Amino acid sequence: MASNSSSSAQQRLRIIAGHLQKRPEDENAGVAPQECKAEAPRSEPSSTTPVPRRRQEIMKWNGWGYSDSRFLFNKKGQAEFTGKRYRLSGLILPSLKDWFEGTFGANLKHRSPATPSLNLSAVAPPNLNQPFMEDLKAAGLSVSHDPEDRVFRAHGHCLHEVFALREGRIGRVPDMVIWPSCHNDVEKIVELACKHNVCLIPYGGGTSVSSALECPREETRSIVSLDTSQMNRILWIDEKNLTAHVEAGIIGQDLERQLNERGYCTGHEPDSMEFSSLGGWVATRASGMKKNIYGNIEDLVVHIKMVTPRGVIEKSCLGPRMSTGPDIHHFILGSEGTLGVVTEVTLKIRPVPEYQKYGSVVFPNFQQGVACLREVARQRCAPASIRLMDNEQFQFGHALKPQVSSMFTSFLDGLKKFYITKFKGFDPHHLCVATLLFEGDRGKVLQHEKQVYDIAAKFGGLAAGEDNGQRGYMLTFVIAYLRDLGMDYYVIGESFETSVPWDRILDLCRNVKERIVRECKERGVQFPPLSTCRVTQTYDAGACVYFYFAFNYRGLSDPVHIYEQVEHAAREEILANGGSLSHHHGVGKLRKEWMKESVSGVGLGVLKSVKEYVDPQNIFGNRNLL
Amino acid sequence: MEMESRALYSPRHPMLKKQDDFEDILEERRRSSDLRYALRCYTPTLYRGLVPCKASMLKSIVLQSDHLQYVIKQVSSESGDSSECVAEEASLILDEMAHRLQLSTIRFFAFTLSKAFKRLFRSVCVNEEGIQRLQQAVQEHPVVLLPSHRSYMDFLMMSYLLYTYDLPLPVIAAGMDFMSMKFVGEMLRMSGAFFIRRSFGGDKLYWAVFSEYVKTMLRNGYAPIEFFLEGTRSRTCKSLTPKTGLLNIVMEPFFKGELFDVNLVPVSISYERILEESLYARELLGIPKPKESTSGLLKARRVLSEDYGSMYVYFGHPVSVRSLAEGKINRSQYNLLPRYIPQKPSADTHEFLNDAAFRLVRIQEENMVLKPWVLIATLLLQNPDGLDLSSLAEQTDWLRHLALAFGAFLDWPDGEACSEVISCSLALHRHLLSVSAGHVQLSVTDAPQVETTPEEDVFHRAVVVLSCASYRNQILHVFLRPALLAVAMQSANSNRKDDVYNSFNFLRNMFSNEFILCPGDSFQDFEEACYLLMKRGVLQVLEHEIVMSASGHSTLAFLSSVLDPFLQGYQVVCRYLCEETNENLTEKEFIPAVRSFALKLILAGRLKCYEALSSDLQKNALAAFLRLKAVRKVKVGEQETLKVNKIAVNSLEDTLGGKIPTQKPILARL
Repeated sequence: MASNSSSSAQQRLRIIAGHLQKRPEDENAGVAPQECKAEAPRSEPSSTTPVPRRRQEIMKWNGWGYSDSRFLFNKKGQAEFTGKRYRLSGLILPSLKDWFEGTFGANLKHRSPATPSLNLSAVAPPNLNQPFMEDLKAAGLSVSHDPEDRVFRAHGHCLHEVFALREGRIGRVPDMVIWPSCHNDVEKIVELACKHNVCLIPYGGGTSVSSALECPREETRSIVSLDTSQMNRILWIDEKNLTAHVEAGIIGQDLERQLNERGYCTGHEPDSMEFSSLGGWVATRASGMKKNIYGNIEDLVVHIKMVTPRGVIEKSCLGPRMSTGPDIHHFILGSEGTLGVVTEVTLKIRPVPEYQKYGSVVFPNFQQGVACLREVARQRCAPASIRLMDNEQFQFGHALKPQVSSMFTSFLDGLKKFYITKFKGFDPHHLCVATLLFEGDRGKVLQHEKQVYDIAAKFGGLAAGEDNGQRGYMLTFVIAYLRDLGMDYYVIGESFETSVPWDRILDLCRNVKERIVRECKERGVQFPPLSTCRVTQTYDAGACVYFYFAFNYRGLSDPVHIYEQVEHAAREEILANGGSLSHHHGVGKLRKEWMKESVSGVGLGVLKSVKEYVDPQNIFGNRNLL
Repeated sequence: MEMESRALYSPRHPMLKKQDDFEDILEERRRSSDLRYALRCYTPTLYRGLVPCKASMLKSIVLQSDHLQYVIKQVSSESGDSSECVAEEASLILDEMAHRLQLSTIRFFAFTLSKAFKRLFRSVCVNEEGIQRLQQAVQEHPVVLLPSHRSYMDFLMMSYLLYTYDLPLPVIAAGMDFMSMKFVGEMLRMSGAFFIRRSFGGDKLYWAVFSEYVKTMLRNGYAPIEFFLEGTRSRTCKSLTPKTGLLNIVMEPFFKGELFDVNLVPVSISYERILEESLYARELLGIPKPKESTSGLLKARRVLSEDYGSMYVYFGHPVSVRSLAEGKINRSQYNLLPRYIPQKPSADTHEFLNDAAFRLVRIQEENMVLKPWVLIATLLLQNPDGLDLSSLAEQTDWLRHLALAFGAFLDWPDGEACSEVISCSLALHRHLLSVSAGHVQLSVTDAPQVETTPEEDVFHRAVVVLSCASYRNQILHVFLRPALLAVAMQSANSNRKDDVYNSFNFLRNMFSNEFILCPGDSFQDFEEACYLLMKRGVLQVLEHEIVMSASGHSTLAFLSSVLDPFLQGYQVVCRYLCEETNENLTEKEFIPAVRSFALKLILAGRLKCYEALSSDLQKNALAAFLRLKAVRKVKVGEQETLKVNKIAVNSLEDTLGGKIPTQKPILARL
């Protein structure tokens, strides 16, 4: 998709975010917009807040993403994607049905629809701390204890969380929601929370997949969800040093769009960037798909401000690197809301790249593909993004091909397939595909592209076009929507990830995939599961591997429990094969049990003593991580 | 696989009758052309993860492997030799070791062995379900075949069977001693044998080449790996204490995540009559065995004219290494070191390997098909003066029921009268017996005509006794635990359960080099023994006491006499160590010295137990005394000598003789 600078960025944003310019007409939810007391100059008028307080008005309460965008099988049995936000919106996906039925043994006649609307009576009445409420009111901070608001913030997007919502089961939810609009608001809230001993759970984009947002069952205090969405301004941009100072509640797409308007970008694009927030990235050590150029979140931050029960933690200058003992940023990065609320972040920014180009390479098998990625990493010439999908995922990607508009394209597709499988002798059941994204000035991109394709050729790779590349990236944005479709037809699934040294990738992928298949079989899952992986990030010393796992649960009485057992086993397998506990999803409560073996008893003790010092009352009581 | 591992660790169910149907593979051979059979189309079931690779490629994969390259550099820097030079040496080691499996050689063997087997055996019976299970296992994961080892015939038979059933042909770890048989060595090599030196203790390079060679074949799914857990042929037909070196090598690819799983398939091969029967007995008596040579083998052609009855091969359930290791091996211990750097197994791993090895050998034992003759042999050994046929029939029938109740895998012909079965057995083993006037006894039948010395007479008789014992030994594992309990009850100070248990434990400990007793299972073994005897109505196990039932006497007496030769044999060794040893006894001199000591006792009429002459028993006893620190090895100059703690040995002897309570301080720590 070669195109020119700003238009390319715009286009990409359109792909991801779509038409969000239209403001939802709510804004009357009984909470008057707060005047912010921040002294910092505003980089733009506080006119638009793309994430409304009542998120449920534009987003699903029991599924992924925007309410208007979803997959469904129409009356003809063809899959289509509704809405207008995405490139795929309004298109027919003719091969999805066959792939879906074939892969999972699912049947469109067997439906498992979700509860249509939230049953408000299922939500327990809030446990409110009156003195705290009164002090908040006196401080001019407004709150909500509307059940819909509370339920929306009681979960992330783990399978068990979404599954329970679809069945209308509501567990412990926050007792109220509060929307600070600036750093000072947060300081006030934290101070009052300490005074009245209430539990605070920071809430950013709500895209957690580690049970991090779940309210601890054993928590008896009033739980307050601290929603950062209204702290969403870019406070300043420093073009001399290429930094931007941003409030931590801003979500990825807004940050990128607003910077783009000024000719800049952060380049941080995690798959969840439509919804996830800057503060959330910091709190979970997020990774973006273009980290090869821009770095992961820890490489991007220059300064972080976090409000803790002890006060504000921050550095005194904007120096690019310091030798001042252990980097205090690293206590904040990955703290998963257990120490405080990240309120403002100074980030590196870059000029929007002049040119962007997708690409793809087909390899005869996964081994060759991994060998190629390893060589690319060795030569340190990885493009902005390079991902290698295994055969199952390649076929999955193919099932998402929209209806072709002309006989001619269809003919060309056939020809390509013939060339690769018959002429080049690739086995369609083994071949796999790497998707690429190049960025930079035009000349360099083309040169870079050639270098990478030359390496690929040494490993039997054949260039397979820009379309395939782009579709590969699309998969990561629509996968969560697809999960909702699966759940309408007895198919449940999830993704999980790890990082692993180069020499163990093949063994780890094979063993984890096989373990999943075997565990499913042993637990009575009737059809073989979808168990697939891709290598999504390359590093000098290893790579990030991402797994998708889904199965048809017809005939199982407690599918979620089985799902969890299998995922648990898969994680054990990952750890036994030299993989890490998490590359970027974080630990939350889901993976807590392995923390000690992952970082040693002493390591865990260090983290605990930090928590003990910073938050002795456990005000930030989400009980993640430790 | 999960199921198998659970079965492996749960107490076995003695009454569980094995339902498998056996197929006689010779039946087909007697009906159709051997030549056509040898030339038939052979299309084995293949491993689904097979990496196609020729034998010649195998060599370069091994030599180029990171592991071997690492060790070559290491050896080179330690020895000062250039790494090219060390690499050359590695290449030579590999040449000496590597098999050259060829289908044509297998076909040659398929033809000749068909002829031979048909002459030697009445039938060769294979459990069909085992073959089906193996067919399945071979496709799923790399397979390791673990046959028991009683005869040279074992691995020829294994390859022959796998060829017959269209299973992939194994590569077999064989001892270097075969290589000296020029032609035969090469033939074996071409039928899949690879040769390893018997001892290469500290030779890093040799170990690296060897382990990488085996692992490469396993990882690529090149062929099933076959080796003998017992390390060598058991001359006594008792299972030998397993070795763990090769087991570690084949498990490591799983530990390190290079393979999802490995299937271990224990195979039990039993012979109604063992080809090497009297050879073994002579060897145990110190009559030197002829060095393996081609001409020696040809002389053994005489063997071909005899009747060796039936042979049974039982392919056990595949045991998944993954399920075995579940909860026992923490695989992440391998995370912090590049996997090509060799690592000595950790203490945990070592314990796991040892435990697994013992359990696999027990599976071999339990799956060993037993013929009626082993019962008869047991009775004849207990009655050196012989038995009347009628009495033999009666006792054999009684013993048969006892054995079945204890879970023996007994192949008793259906619907045949007991006397009929016995006379068939006696006929097959007539060279060990004399039958006259309805009276049977063990006797020397092919006694030389010339005058013999009393010593020679003893040895001739001992050959018969040890030959016969090798059949009794096949069923020992069935009686072992109850027999230990029976002896413990005699020697314990009281009927109290803890006293009996102490006594049981002492004996179990004493004999753990002699029999397959899984380390750490002593309580489980005790419970099993109690359960079996209680079920049989021999004992009543009360809360604190174990009491013999009125009708239990004969069973207990029989069980005690099963162990009697071993108790006596060990006491002879004790007496020798106390009475005869001087300061300078070396390990090498030990066996001949004990043997002549025992011989003297027999000639003097003070010892009736000929089994005390067996070098196997003597070796095991010494190993036990060393383990119990009653004897220590001391280095004197260049030589290692045995230093005897006479007080401790004396006390062991007394305890074995049932004279002294087991709680003496010296024994408290045993």
